[in-house]
Amino acid sequence: MLLFISLIFLGSLIAPWLYRHAKGWTAHLLALLPASLFVHLITLLPQISQGNVITQSHLWAPTLEIDFAFRIDGLSYLLLLIISGIGTLIVLYGGGYLKDHHHEGRFYTFILLFMGSMLGVVSADNLYLLFIFWEMTSISSYLLIGFDHERKESRQAALQALLITGIGGLAMLAAFILITQTTGLLTISELLQHPHLLKQDPHYDVILSLILLAAFTKSAQFPFHFWLPGAMAAPTPVSAYLHSATMVKAGIFLLARLYPVLAGTLLWKYSLAIFGGITMLLGAFVALRQTDLKKLLAYSTVSTLGTLTLLLGIGNTLALKAAVLFLLVHALYKGALFMVAGTIDHETGTRNVHLLGGLAHKMPITATASILAALSMAGLPPFQGFITKEIIYEANLHSGPYALWIVIVGILTFSCMIAVAFISGIRPFTSKRNETPKTPHEAPYTLWVGPTILGSLGLLLGIWPQWIDHSIISPAVTHLSGIPHTVKLSLWHGLTLSLGLSILTLAIGFTIYKGRHRLRSMHLPRTPFHYLTPAHLYEIALVSLMNVSTALTRRLQHGYLRRYLLVFITLIAISLLWVMNAIQANQVPWRPQNTIAWGEIIFIALMLQSALAACVLQSRLMVVMALGFIGYGVALLYAFYGAPDLAITQVLVETLTLILLLLLIHKLPKFTLKSTPYQKMRDAAIALTAGIAMAFMVNHALAKQPYPSISQWFSENSLLAKGQNVVNVIIVDFRALDTLGEITVLVLAGLGVAALLKRTKKTIPPAS
Amino acid sequence: MNSALFRIAVRWVIPLQLALSIVLLFRGHNEPGGGFIGGLLAASAFLVYGMAHSPESARRLLRLDPIVFMALGLAVATLSGVFAWTATMPFLTAIWSDLSIPTILIGDLKIGSPLFFDIGVYLVVLGIGTSLVFDFWEVQD
Repeated sequence: MLLFISLIFLGSLIAPWLYRHAKGWTAHLLALLPASLFVHLITLLPQISQGNVITQSHLWAPTLEIDFAFRIDGLSYLLLLIISGIGTLIVLYGGGYLKDHHHEGRFYTFILLFMGSMLGVVSADNLYLLFIFWEMTSISSYLLIGFDHERKESRQAALQALLITGIGGLAMLAAFILITQTTGLLTISELLQHPHLLKQDPHYDVILSLILLAAFTKSAQFPFHFWLPGAMAAPTPVSAYLHSATMVKAGIFLLARLYPVLAGTLLWKYSLAIFGGITMLLGAFVALRQTDLKKLLAYSTVSTLGTLTLLLGIGNTLALKAAVLFLLVHALYKGALFMVAGTIDHETGTRNVHLLGGLAHKMPITATASILAALSMAGLPPFQGFITKEIIYEANLHSGPYALWIVIVGILTFSCMIAVAFISGIRPFTSKRNETPKTPHEAPYTLWVGPTILGSLGLLLGIWPQWIDHSIISPAVTHLSGIPHTVKLSLWHGLTLSLGLSILTLAIGFTIYKGRHRLRSMHLPRTPFHYLTPAHLYEIALVSLMNVSTALTRRLQHGYLRRYLLVFITLIAISLLWVMNAIQANQVPWRPQNTIAWGEIIFIALMLQSALAACVLQSRLMVVMALGFIGYGVALLYAFYGAPDLAITQVLVETLTLILLLLLIHKLPKFTLKSTPYQKMRDAAIALTAGIAMAFMVNHALAKQPYPSISQWFSENSLLAKGQNVVNVIIVDFRALDTLGEITVLVLAGLGVAALLKRTKKTIPPAS
Repeated sequence: MNSALFRIAVRWVIPLQLALSIVLLFRGHNEPGGGFIGGLLAASAFLVYGMAHSPESARRLLRLDPIVFMALGLAVATLSGVFAWTATMPFLTAIWSDLSIPTILIGDLKIGSPLFFDIGVYLVVLGIGTSLVFDFWEVQD
């Protein structure tokens, strides 16, 4: 698994290079990557359908408790198939859709980056590895939504998605940390072997709430749903892949993955049912009012995610079967419908449902695919969507005390879904032709091969569900619930209540479809609730955050060096005094450690005099000289106490600094005194306090020696490190990582200075 | 500075200074010296040249942009740490080869990854030293 994911990431890196050389064939070449994974997964089918679990583990950062541990069981297998299968089609589709786009290479990079991360999310076994991949999907989603980064709309939508899913990601990390700390287990496999541990844990409520936050933000549940329609600013291949088939399912996957460990409690059932139910209805209703094809599909996806959440909340065997099947079915038909929407947009230049109609003549293949997918979405026999709907209704009917409410919600939602399916997938191709900005004709094969395959699968798997029910769906349900299940799917279950409900749904759906124009033009009263919508709250939050940051930065980063120094030194003085008081440092006697030579005393006196002079002198040049003297004096002291490296460095740095200062002196304005006498007194007092406190602390440290000296170990081992100069060996060998950090800081500082000073140069000096 | 004497002196001093900086770099492991000191000395060599002639000519002497030196140094230092991965050791573990080059001023010079790390440090310090000096010098009023 690691091999395939690494290959895909590698593919993402070389994609722009490949694009430059292979132009038209880039998509085909890159599509080989997910295709080969798909084939590999098929070879694993016999193992998975027997219920086996494949795990793989490589060490990565054992002290951080992160390993490359992967787990392929029924649940992850299904999702891996979806991601790699639809991924192959999307890469091809993207090649056709973005043909000759100047950022086409970048598109492949991002989409492969996302694919690799998503594969990682569903197959990761180590919890922290899952988190890393989760965040990577958020980031690649950000890059993909903002693909058309010159449009403000795209940038805002991308940021919105990133921020909201980012909060969820953080919550998930917190939950995982809690889980690993309380149970001591690091991998999902281990957790699944002890399913009762977490449910009995006192932290269960917090953990579940955090996980719910993560899942709800990623899977666009109310009130975090509003980023999904916004994400439609992304190019359509992105919407088809991320925001219908894969990424938004990640939250559902998280809930499903942790189902054996977290589910069954009241908190689980009620939270999922309530939020899922609200999202279901909300998505369905708002979808009806949309005229943009993509927004239609986006809101219906929101509704579907709500349904999946509700099913996981209900939690009985039927509901789990329904959830797994619905996950697959939805990916198939929604992916197809999104791709068709993109094709329509590409060919006709519009996505407005009012303007579209009668395209079946011009785009027969796309029309067929679209109609197949739409019929599956509407849940009509003999499509797979029908089987799914039946199971969902069965699950609703047996869902416990609130079954009636759940059934009603289900019927209402699915009726709207039928209407949406017809509006988005069938209507554009039937009835009479309207005027569209571009004259449509059938799309290139890269654009219709995807929807055709997905749409046909919806039909074929509906007629012959036994192809997958034992081999793929059963293991998925087994590993979802933690209990072995066998699933048998068939089109006809006899005259059941569900069948009756389906017919009722069809009737209501048809009515809604007929009345859709009136529904759309209905003016909803502008209640004050408008200001409380989650989308509006998000905006307010973002704007106020910006305002607060600006105000704070203006207060703290005023640019006056003397004020910064004042704050620093005052804080140092205060903290030193505090510590001195705590450790009674003022009572330590002042006894010199070695005998001090007279030369030293005279020299230090000279340095003190220089320091005083620097405070008092009125000429800038003299002040610089005085400071230089102190610097050289320090170097001499280093040499005196036997630190030649330090001394040489000090001398060189001091020389460079002095010369630099002297070069600049004549460019500075005239020396003027800016401090009032009060300020001078205050500054002197603070400086003296800090200095004296420091002296006491140093005396204390030397006299009491509270910690053993580390220098002995270094001098003993320096020969082992093949060097006789301990200082250099420490810098370059023992503490090389510190040094690496230091030179990185130097580079950053240099870049910063160069950037800041670039504008002061009138002519850029010639670089040879 | 328009002093001819200074310029003539500089012509002799600069090569010596640069040579000394390299010597300090290579001898750092066994005697006082090292990458930081070598780099500072090399940077001040260019500074002195600039004082004798002009900052533009000092830049020309440097050939490459100071920022290139900084980037190069950082790359060399990081790569010397990556080298340890080929021996399946953690990043920045010192890998010494058996080579030992006898030289005149430095004694036996052992070749290993800390040496390259030091070279990286040298280049970074040379880069930042010259970068700061030239940038500040060329500030127009």
